[in-house]
Order: sequence, then structure tokens, then C-alpha cells
Amino acid sequence: MEKMILKKKNLPEFVEKALKEYRVIAPTDNEGIIVFKEITNPSEMMLNYANTRIPAKSVLLQQTETLFTFSQGKTVAVTSPEVNDKTLIVGLRPCDAQSLAILDHVFGGDYSDPYVEKRENTILVGLTCLNPEITCFCTSTGGGPSCAEYTDVQLTDIGENYYVEVVTDKGKTLTERASGLFAPAAEADERKKKELEEKAQNAITRTMHTDGIAEKLEEIFESPFWRKIALKCLGCAACTYVCPTCHCFDMQDETAGTRGARIRVWDSCMYPEYTVHASGHNPRPERMNRVRNRVYHKFNYFPKNCNVIACVGCGRGIEVCPVNVDIIDVIDKAREVNL
Amino acid sequence: MTTTETSVTGAPNPYVPQLAEIDEVFDEVIGERAIKTFRFSFCDEKVQNQFTFMPGQCVMVSAMGEGECMFALSSSPTETDYLEVSVMKLGKVTSVLHDYEPGDIIGVRGPYGNGFDVKGWKGKNIITVGGGIGQPPLRSLIWYILDNRKDYGKLDVIYGARTSNDLSFKQEFFDLEKRNGVDVHLSIDVEEDGWTRFVGFVPDNLLAVAPSPENAVAITCGPPIMIHFVIQNLLKLGFTDEQIYTTLEMRMKCGIGKCGRCNIGNVYVCKDGPVFSYAQLEKMKGER
Repeated sequence: MEKMILKKKNLPEFVEKALKEYRVIAPTDNEGIIVFKEITNPSEMMLNYANTRIPAKSVLLQQTETLFTFSQGKTVAVTSPEVNDKTLIVGLRPCDAQSLAILDHVFGGDYSDPYVEKRENTILVGLTCLNPEITCFCTSTGGGPSCAEYTDVQLTDIGENYYVEVVTDKGKTLTERASGLFAPAAEADERKKKELEEKAQNAITRTMHTDGIAEKLEEIFESPFWRKIALKCLGCAACTYVCPTCHCFDMQDETAGTRGARIRVWDSCMYPEYTVHASGHNPRPERMNRVRNRVYHKFNYFPKNCNVIACVGCGRGIEVCPVNVDIIDVIDKAREVNL
Repeated sequence: MTTTETSVTGAPNPYVPQLAEIDEVFDEVIGERAIKTFRFSFCDEKVQNQFTFMPGQCVMVSAMGEGECMFALSSSPTETDYLEVSVMKLGKVTSVLHDYEPGDIIGVRGPYGNGFDVKGWKGKNIITVGGGIGQPPLRSLIWYILDNRKDYGKLDVIYGARTSNDLSFKQEFFDLEKRNGVDVHLSIDVEEDGWTRFVGFVPDNLLAVAPSPENAVAITCGPPIMIHFVIQNLLKLGFTDEQIYTTLEMRMKCGIGKCGRCNIGNVYVCKDGPVFSYAQLEKMKGER
């Protein structure tokens, strides 16, 4: 891994250069809420933030996305859109980068979703978390505030400079194009980075005990515990919208006259309509069924199918839940359930 | 022959259907629980020639502007000029489809799912136990077996519906039973004037027919409650968990294991199913 420094005052120039070649997505301040948005000027970037409200999945699995358009008049035509251009996501957190590695399992495979091509066309420039939120627990889910495993280039703010780790070939290509802006990292830079990294690690106070959780859940599917956990859930689905690994979607047709489009939109397993059959039968009729399914999907089904827990410890679900359902608490209590 | 000009262009993605023209529409059941069979062929001849599937596999059928539904193919793979799906008028998309006529264009993508293990069942006696709108995948299987007759043993077709009016593929069954090596056992739930065959539920008809489990597999498709009792009765008749197969249904959108909703535990019915042995079913945790 190549280690370099980039003067902070040179970041805008770096982004400026990138804008010539890439669609650049970065955290922006939207009336106090930090969201990923396509930028046209480096000044729109907002890098002094804890995390975005909506995760980076929204770039590759848009909340609303046209799968194809159609027209049915004298002739019937179906046209699918080209996958968009080369994209650079600047300033995403390690947890969001990790979540994309998890979503790769879903969208790749035998049927290659448009996500896959977008992902291949996307370069991730990560930004180390120096001030984690009180809800953060990424160190429990295989990541960490400075984890560079899932990004192409990782930046760490070490004062006047960014400490730059070039992780992948994609990252190498990107930095080489602006090589004049980078200088080799000195030992002092590395020391500073390590020191800040440790501080950030220690600032994460919450811990989820995930070892053996898939096996434990295997035993307690029928437990009344799930009814208890679901009691206070409102079924609002906020947790699923802000979750970086929730990927469920619906497909709907929109029409105007003889023209139309098949659109995919984010859906949520927390809604009863999500699973209801045309016959009226619903395999998950109660909130208990739906809450349990969401927990199992992340901590039992995903481990069984892909050998990975589908939680990156970003804390968003905990933060947005209007009734304080806390996934750490759910998992910790599940571990103590005796049948 | 396609009469409407059609085109499918752009960057391919797995949600883009191919276009197909409806060749013929057959009324299977008329009235309240209407069922129609749609015979169609792909507008692009190359697509039609390349399309292969196994009995039990499904396709996503689009009524453009309304949406998509997953249906088991009810025609046999041995019919290469066309495909068929048999559809009960029930929800939004199926109601629109029922208004479609020959010449109309539908979207079709697939085939999806695992299908029946017809290769593994070679040399065995086959018993199909169907109820109501559960028969379409079994119909595909039955014709596949009849078109590969020497590969399989005795064929017993057990099928029932609420009333004689609700029986799909009626004429076909009457024709079938005239053939050698296939026995057809039809039933209706309640007595009707002029009905001389079995009266009662499908699981009871199964007990009355009492097929031997010797070198046999039984495949059952129908409403969940029927499947439940058919399996109980098959076990009573001495069938083992590995000799019993069924198909499961779930609400589906993508059909390729990505949209999330058709899971039973960690199994996605769209891509891992829809065919499961009873041995597999027993091990599956999760809501159905």
C-alpha cells in the first residue's frame, strides 16, 4: 500500500481535476443535514461531519431508478438506459465502504444487477472517522473508524495534511493522474495518523457481541422474545431506509399515455404489504414476523448465504428510531435468551 | 408470426423483458375464479429458438404499464414453438392480463427457479397431485413425461378443484386418460349432478387412489392447506421425505434473489425454489 500526504489546501484542486473525468459525489450540507450529492464545485463538499443521513448505497442503488422505458403504440419498444459514467465518491466513511462490499454479494452473482456495473465504474475515496458518534459500533462488525479495507483511497485528516493510503489499483490510477499534489509520507505523518486512529478507536464506546450470533439465532427463532422486541416498534421503516446494507426494493410501472417506465424504488420489509400475496395470505402478517425477519436477515441469513454479517455498525438505525429500538441491545438480549 | 413491430434495445440488464406475442388464449375456467391459458411466442425468433427451460421453472410476465407476475410455465419444454402460462384472475396484473387477446404484446423474462428434477426421476413411477390453479407446473411435467415416455414408469395424475367448473385443462384430462400408461383421477369438493368421479378433497382422493411408494416420486402443487394434507397422506401411504416434492409460492418482484421479499429463512423461493423436497421443507425455518 502506498502511503502519501496531500496538503489539505490542495484537496479542492484534486477534486477539480477529478471533476473533469468523473461524476463526483460528496457529502454536502443540506440545511444542516449531511447528504451525498453530485457536486460541480469542490466548495460544495462538507467533510467536517460525523456521517451522512442516507448512506452511500444511494449512489449505486438509487432510491428511485428507471430499469427500462417502454412505449406501446403501433410498435412496442423497450429501451434500457446506459449505466452512468465513471463516478468518484469522495469522503465516505469506512462503514459505508464496507456496506458496499456486503451489497456486492446481493447484486452480483448469476444475474448481474445494474449496481454491478456502476460499482465497477465507481472509485471510493474514504475519509477516516476522527470523531465517531455515540451510536457508532463499527469496531464490533469487522471494521473501524480508520478501516481502509473497502476503499480505493483512504484519507485521514492529520492536521495540515491528509494522510493518504492508496489501497487498490483503481486508487492508484486516480492518484497518479494528480501525482503532483501528493508527497511521500514522513514517519512523523504516520505517527500522527496512528495516534489519531487510536484516539478514534477509543472514542467508540458501544460494543455489539457478534461472535456466534448466527448460531444463537438459529436456536431461538420460535422464542417469545421476538414478540417482546417488536412490541415498541412502530413499523415506520426509518431504520431500513437509512441502513447501508438494507437493499430491498419494489418495482412499479409508471405510465403517461402510451409511454411508460418500470421504476425500482426502495422498499422495506417492515411494511405488511411487502410480502402479502394476491390471495390475501401474508407470510409475515405481524410486526413480530417483520422485526424478526429484519434481524435474522442481517445476523443469520446473510452469514449463512454469504459468510458475512450484514451490519457495519454505522449506528444510523439506532439514531433515527423514533422509539429507541437499539440493534445492539436486541442482539445482546438475544444472546441471553434461553429456550 | 408477429404482426406488431417490436424492439428491445439499450444496455441489457436482468429486469428488461423480451417481448412476446400472444398467439392464442384458452378459457380454462369461466366465471368467478376465471383461469386462462395464454400461448405466446417471442417476437424475436432468435430469442424463441434459444429459450429453454425445465418443467417447474417460471417466467416473469409483464403487462406493460401494470407490472409483472411470476408464473410457472404450463407448457412442456418439448413444445419449442411456443410457451404457455395459465393464469387465475386475482390481482392487479392478472386482471389486466385476462383482457389480453391474441396479437397483444407481453413482456417475458426468465426462465427462473430450479424446476423439477426430471433427470433424477428417470425410471421412476410419477404421481402428480394437483389442486385448483396449482396444476400448471404439473401439466408441464406431465407432457414432458409423455413426450419422453420410455424414460419413466407409470404416471398417475390426481387433480381436483372446488367444482367441475373450476377444473382447468378439462378436455385435456379426458384425452389423457385414453392413453396407455397414464391414469387420471379427477375430483371435485362437493357433489354435482352428472359428476360420476370422486367427490371430496384432493388429499382424500389421493388416499382412495393409494399409489404405491415403490420406486415412485409424488409431486404436489396447490393451495397451502391442500399441500399440507397431501403430504400427510403421502407419508401415511409410505412415501419417504425424499420421495415427496412440492412447489412454493411467494410474492415476488425481481425473480432473481435481490429484491428481498420471497425469502423463507435464508432461502429465496424465486431462485432456490420453487421446487423443494419435503425433506428440504422440514429443515426450512421461516414464515411461509
